[in-house]
Amino acid sequence: MLGNTSDRQRIAQQRLRIIAGHLQGPVDGDSAILAAECKAQGSKTDVCREGKTVPRRRQEIMKWNGWGYSDSKFLFNKKGQAEFTGKRYRLSGMIIPGLKDWMEGTFGANLQHKTPATPLLTSSAVQPATLNKAFLEELKSTGIPFSHDAEDRVFRAHGHCLHEIFALREGKFGRVPDMVVWPNCHNDVVKIVELACKHNVCVIPYGGGTSVSSALECPPEETRSIVSLDTSQMNRILWIDEKNLTAHVEAGIVGQDLERLLNESGYCTGHEPDSMEFSSLGGWVATRASGMKKNIYGNIEDLVIHIRMVTPRGVIEKSCQGPRMSTGPDIHHFIMGSEGTLGVVTEVTMKIRPMPEYQKYGSVVFPNFEQGVACLREVAKQRCAPASIRLMDNEQFKFGHALKPQVSSIFTSFLDGLKTFYITKFKGFDPNRLCVATLLFEGDREKVLQHEKQVYDIAAKFGGLAAGEDNGQRGYMLTFVIAYLRDLGMDYYVIGESFETSVPWDRVLDICRNVKARIIQECKDKGVQFPPLSTCRVTQTYDTGACVYFYFAFNYRGLSDPVHVYEQVEHAAREEILANGGSLSHHHGVGKLRKEWMRDTVSNVGVGMLKSVKDYVDPDNIFGNRNLL
Amino acid sequence: MATEAIYPHRDPMLKKRDDFEDMLEERRNSSDLRYALRCYTPVLYKGLAPCKASMLKSMVLQSDQLHHVIGQVSRETGRAADDVQEEASAILEEMAHCLQLSTVRFFAFTLSKVFKTLFRSICVNEEGIQRLQQAIQEHPVVLLPSHRSYMDFLLMSYILYTYDIALPVIAAGMDFMGMKFVGEMLRMSGAFFIRRSFGGDKLYWSVFSEYVKTMLKNGFAPVEFFLEGTRSRTSKSLTPKLGLLNIVMDPYLKGEVYDINVVPVSISYERILEEALYAREMLGVPKPKESTSGLFKARKVLSEDYGSIHVYFGQPVSVRSLAQGRVNRCQFNLVPRHIPRRPSEEIQSFVNDSAYRLVRAQEENMVLKPWVLLASLLLQNHHQDQTAGQKRGMVLEELTAQAVWLRDMFREYGAFLHWPDHVPPSEVVSSSLSLHRGLVRVCEGRVQLAVEQGGQVKPGEPHSTVTPEEELLSQAVIVLSCASYRNQGLHVFLRPALLASAINAASSNLKQEVFNSFSFLRNMFSNEFILCPGATVQDFEEACYLLVKTGALQVTQQELLVTERGQRTVAFLTSMLDPFLQGYQVVCRFLCEEATENLTEKQFVPAVRKFIIKHLLAGRLRYTEVLSSDLQKNSLAALLRLGAVQKIKAAEQGTLKVNKVMVNSLEDTLGGRLPTQKAVGARL
Repeated sequence: MLGNTSDRQRIAQQRLRIIAGHLQGPVDGDSAILAAECKAQGSKTDVCREGKTVPRRRQEIMKWNGWGYSDSKFLFNKKGQAEFTGKRYRLSGMIIPGLKDWMEGTFGANLQHKTPATPLLTSSAVQPATLNKAFLEELKSTGIPFSHDAEDRVFRAHGHCLHEIFALREGKFGRVPDMVVWPNCHNDVVKIVELACKHNVCVIPYGGGTSVSSALECPPEETRSIVSLDTSQMNRILWIDEKNLTAHVEAGIVGQDLERLLNESGYCTGHEPDSMEFSSLGGWVATRASGMKKNIYGNIEDLVIHIRMVTPRGVIEKSCQGPRMSTGPDIHHFIMGSEGTLGVVTEVTMKIRPMPEYQKYGSVVFPNFEQGVACLREVAKQRCAPASIRLMDNEQFKFGHALKPQVSSIFTSFLDGLKTFYITKFKGFDPNRLCVATLLFEGDREKVLQHEKQVYDIAAKFGGLAAGEDNGQRGYMLTFVIAYLRDLGMDYYVIGESFETSVPWDRVLDICRNVKARIIQECKDKGVQFPPLSTCRVTQTYDTGACVYFYFAFNYRGLSDPVHVYEQVEHAAREEILANGGSLSHHHGVGKLRKEWMRDTVSNVGVGMLKSVKDYVDPDNIFGNRNLL
Repeated sequence: MATEAIYPHRDPMLKKRDDFEDMLEERRNSSDLRYALRCYTPVLYKGLAPCKASMLKSMVLQSDQLHHVIGQVSRETGRAADDVQEEASAILEEMAHCLQLSTVRFFAFTLSKVFKTLFRSICVNEEGIQRLQQAIQEHPVVLLPSHRSYMDFLLMSYILYTYDIALPVIAAGMDFMGMKFVGEMLRMSGAFFIRRSFGGDKLYWSVFSEYVKTMLKNGFAPVEFFLEGTRSRTSKSLTPKLGLLNIVMDPYLKGEVYDINVVPVSISYERILEEALYAREMLGVPKPKESTSGLFKARKVLSEDYGSIHVYFGQPVSVRSLAQGRVNRCQFNLVPRHIPRRPSEEIQSFVNDSAYRLVRAQEENMVLKPWVLLASLLLQNHHQDQTAGQKRGMVLEELTAQAVWLRDMFREYGAFLHWPDHVPPSEVVSSSLSLHRGLVRVCEGRVQLAVEQGGQVKPGEPHSTVTPEEELLSQAVIVLSCASYRNQGLHVFLRPALLASAINAASSNLKQEVFNSFSFLRNMFSNEFILCPGATVQDFEEACYLLVKTGALQVTQQELLVTERGQRTVAFLTSMLDPFLQGYQVVCRFLCEEATENLTEKQFVPAVRKFIIKHLLAGRLRYTEVLSSDLQKNSLAALLRLGAVQKIKAAEQGTLKVNKVMVNSLEDTLGGRLPTQKAVGARL
C-alpha cells in the first residue's frame, strides 16, 4: 500500500525514471547538450555517444525479431512462472504469478505448446544488395557512414506490425533496403538527397523503426537501389531558448533521450507516445503522433513551431518562429503526416515546458464501461481532463491484474483481498463488468490535489470509486511492456496487435461494442479454434470525441495460415470502425496497411491535392516508400 | 402423433425442415391452472439493461431524437415546447404496452381452454424454438409472423410463454382499442397500439419509432409485428409494409446494436376462423367493427372443429448479413444520428428487398394441408363444369387420383406439404372433405363445391325470393373461401405457372419471346403475388428449372418446348392463373368502357363490382372469383404503377384518370391478343 509520503513521492518520480532511466550507470551531464556545428562533428562521428540510446548498430542492444532491448523479455522460468528479465523496467526481475493462468484462461494457451523463433539472423537468407555504383562512389567521397551489411539492412526493413515480426521470427525476409546511411546532420541529409536525385536512387527515411502501418516495408516492385536513411545519429538538442520556451532539436533523437536531456536543464516537452523509448522526433512529425499527456502539452501538431525538411526540390522551412501565422495553408501540415513520402525531416523547433513539480497517479473503478465512458465525457465537457485519463474495459482490467507482480508481504495481499471484497461484495460491482480508469495528474502540488478532487467528484457522480495510485500506475506500465508481452505470446501460439481510431463522443460506446463483437465473430468465421481476446480502452479525450485503442489477440493453434487470418480479422475490424463513424487512424498513420481506405477517408479531391503536392515535391518518386497514396 | 416426419427426402435439392411437436397434447394431459401459474424464467438478451415498462417510457421521452423533434415541432407551430412534450407524452400513453405476467397467465389459462376446443393440435417446430432462444441471447430479436387471423398474435405469445421464451411486445392496429376491455387486456399481454395512418404527423412518428427502437436496443423484449401490415383475407401473402421494418433495422444501420436477428414465423391454419367473414368482406359486405359484444357473438365458432395449426419458427436472419455489401453505413457519419432523416435510396431498396425475402421465407415454411390441393382441383373443376354444362362435381376416386398426382408435383416443387403418408390417400381426402364440409359436399359419389344453399334454387321458380344477384354473391362466398385455401399453395408454383401462362400467350416457342411474355405477366402481377423486385431473370430460371426437372419442359438453345407428359402440368398451371388473368382483363375493360371522368378511388370498387356482376350474370365471365375486391384493388394498383391510370389529386379525393389506349393494349396483351413486345413498348 502507498501509505506514507516518501513512498508516494517515490512512485511519483518512478515514471520519469522509467522514461529516463533505461540506461544503466549515471548519465554524464556534460555530453547532454551539444550545440556544436555539424561540420565540427564530421570528423569524429564515431566518438563515444554517451547518453544516447540508439547506436548505429542497433543489434548491439536491440532484438532483431522482437520488441525492444535484447536483455528485456518475458519468459516462463523453470517453475513455470512468468518473469520479466533485465533491469531496465520497474517490472524487471520480478515474478508475475498471475500471467500464466491468465494466458491459459484467456487464450487456451499451453506452456507445452511452444512456437520458438528462429534464433539467429542468417545473412545468406537476405537478398543480395542491388547497389547503384555511381551513387556509392559519390557517397563515399562525402564521408557519410554507410553499410550494406545484411543485418543492418534487415533491421531497417520493417516496423512492428504483426506480419512483419512473424516473418522475422520465421527467418523470412522480403525486399530489404540495399544499403543504410547514417547522416550526422542536416547538411549530410541534403547531400544524400541530392545524390539520390542525381542517380535515381530510392530513399526511405528511418527513425525509430516503431511503425505499425507497414510504412517501412520496401515496396517489392521497387527496382531501383533502396537506401535506408537512418536518422538515429542526428540526435542532438542544438539549442534551448528559455525566453521563448523552445528547443531546436535534430529529428533523429528518440523520445526518451529528448526528455532526459531536457530534464537535465529542468524542461520537458511532455510528448510521450507509448513508443517513446524508441520512436524519434522525425517519426512523430511524419506520422502526426500523439502523446499520452496531450491534455496538458498537446499533440505533435501543437508542439511543433518550426520544421526543416529536405526534399528532392530543396529544403522547406518557414522564415520565422511566430506562434501562429495566417499565411495560406500551413505548410507544416503538408509535412506532418507525410509519412516519408516527401522528404526527410532533419530539424524541429519544439515547445518546451518547465518540468512539473509534482506527479500523481490515480485510478477509479466504475461498475461498468458505460458509466466509465459517461464520466470521461463529462470530464472532457468540463475541460478538466488530467494529463492523462484512460478507461480500460473489463477484459483489459483483468489483463492488467494478471500483470501484478508478486507481492512481498502478506499484509499487502490481505489488503488487496479486502479491496476486492469492498468493491465486488459491498458495493455490488460485478467483477465481470467493472472497469477502471487510470489517471495521471501533473503540475503544482496544490493544483494537482485540487484537480484530483474535481475529477474524483465527477467520477463519483457516475458511480466511480477511487481505486488507488497503484492500479493507475500499473495501467501505464502496461503500455511499455505490452509490446514485450506480444513476443511472449508468439512463443506460445498467440498472435495479436493493437490498433486505434478516433470517434465522436456519441459513438464511443457503439464503436467499442461493435468492433469487439466483430473481432470475435470474424475469428469464429475464419476458423480460429479458441475465443480471442478482444478488448479496448478509451485512451484520449477531446472536446468532441475520444481516441479508442483496441487490443486483439488469439491462439492460432490449428490454423494453417495464422497471419492471413489475423490480417483478415484486422481488415474486418477496420471496416467496422469506419462503418461506425471512426477515423482511419488517430495517430498510427496510414502507411501501406490502411492505404486502401484513403480515398474514402479524404475524398477524391483530397487524394488529388495530396498527389499534386507529391508530384511537385518529388516528381521522380525518390522518396518511394509508397505510403499513404 | 407426437413427432411426424413431415417431409420425405426424395429430392436432395429440397430443403430440410424441422419436425413438429403438438403442444396441445401436454395441455390435454395436465392441469391448465398449474401450467398458467408455473414458474416462468425466460432466457434474456445478454446485453439487457434491466428496466421496467415505466422506465421505458421516460427513456423514450428523454431521448435525443424525440427532443429534437419536439423542438422542431414547437418552432414550426409556434406552440410551447412543454405543450408539445405533453402531447408526445400523451401519444406514448395511448401507445405503450404494459406487459404484466399476471395477464399473460390469465391468457395462458383461457387460451388453453379455447384452443383445446377449437383445434385438434397446435404443432410447433421445437428446433426453431431452440434457435430462437439462442438468437434472443445474442442479439435483439424481431419476430415476423405471417398474418391470417386475429388469433395470430395471441397464439404467438401463448407459444412463447409455453416454451419459456421472452414474451414479445407486439405492434397492433389501433382498431383493437375500440374493444374497451379487450384492448386493455391485450395491452397488458404486451400489445402496443399504433394508429393505422399518421402520414404527416412528425411527432407521432417520432414517439412511435423511438419507442420501438428503445425496446429493441435495450433487449427489453423481442419486438413482434406483421410485415404484411394486416390480415391477408385471401391467404396469399401481402406486399410487405416497410415502415416498421425500417424502424427496427435502423439501430443496426446506425451502429447502435451489433446485429439484429429477424425471425420469420409461418402460421398455417388448416381452417381459418374468419374464413366466411373474409369472403363476405371482399364481396362488399362491410367488416363488422371490432367490438367486445361482437367477439361474444363469435362464440358460436367455438363449437366447430378447426383442425390443426402449424407454426414454424424460421431460421433467424441476421440484419448484418442481409446488409453486408448492400448498405454503406458510413452515410450516418456526418449528421447526428438522432436527427430524423429520410432513408437514403440505398437503404430504401435494401429494406424493400429484405422485406420481400422475409415474406418469401414465411411462405416457404407454410405448412400446406391436403385440403389445399383439393380446393385447387375442385375450383378448377367447378369452373370447367360451369362452361361445359356437365354433371356437377368430381367423382371421389377421380379427385383422389388427381390429388395424389398433384401431391407429387407439389413435393417436387419443394412445397412443405403435410400429407400423412401412412394413411391411404382416400382417407386423407375424405377426412379433409369432412373438416371443410361447409364448403364442399359429396352427393351421389361426386364431390362438388357447396354453392347451392339449401337445395337447388331454379331461376324460374315462383317462390324464390332470392334475386339472381344475391344467389351469385352467396355462391361467390363459397368460391372465394375455397380460393383462399387454394391460394395457400400458390407460392409453390407461382413461377412455373407464370411460365406456363407465358408459353401459352407467347406467339412462338422462342426463348426470348417466352421470356418477354413471362416478364410482362410477372410485372403485371407484382402487386398480386410476392415477386421480389428486380428478380425477373432468377424467377424465369427457377421456373424453367422446376418444369424441366419434372419433365414438363425441354429447354434448347433457342426454344422452350412443352413435352408430351408436360401437357397436363402446363394445363393445370395455366388454369391456376386464369382467374387472375381474367380479373385483370375485366378491370381493364371496365376502365375502358365505363370509367367516367370523375371516378374516384373510393367509387372504383363498387363500380367495378357492379360491372362484373352484370357480366357474370350474363355468362360472359367464367370466374366468380373476379368479384374479389382484393383482386380488383391489386389490378388497379398495378395499372397505377404502370402509369396506365393516374391519380389526380382533387379537393376531397383523388380521381382516376384512365389512359384508355394503354389500358386497352394491356388488356389485349393479357388476353394474348397482342404480342408482348408491343405492350412492353407501350409502357415505356
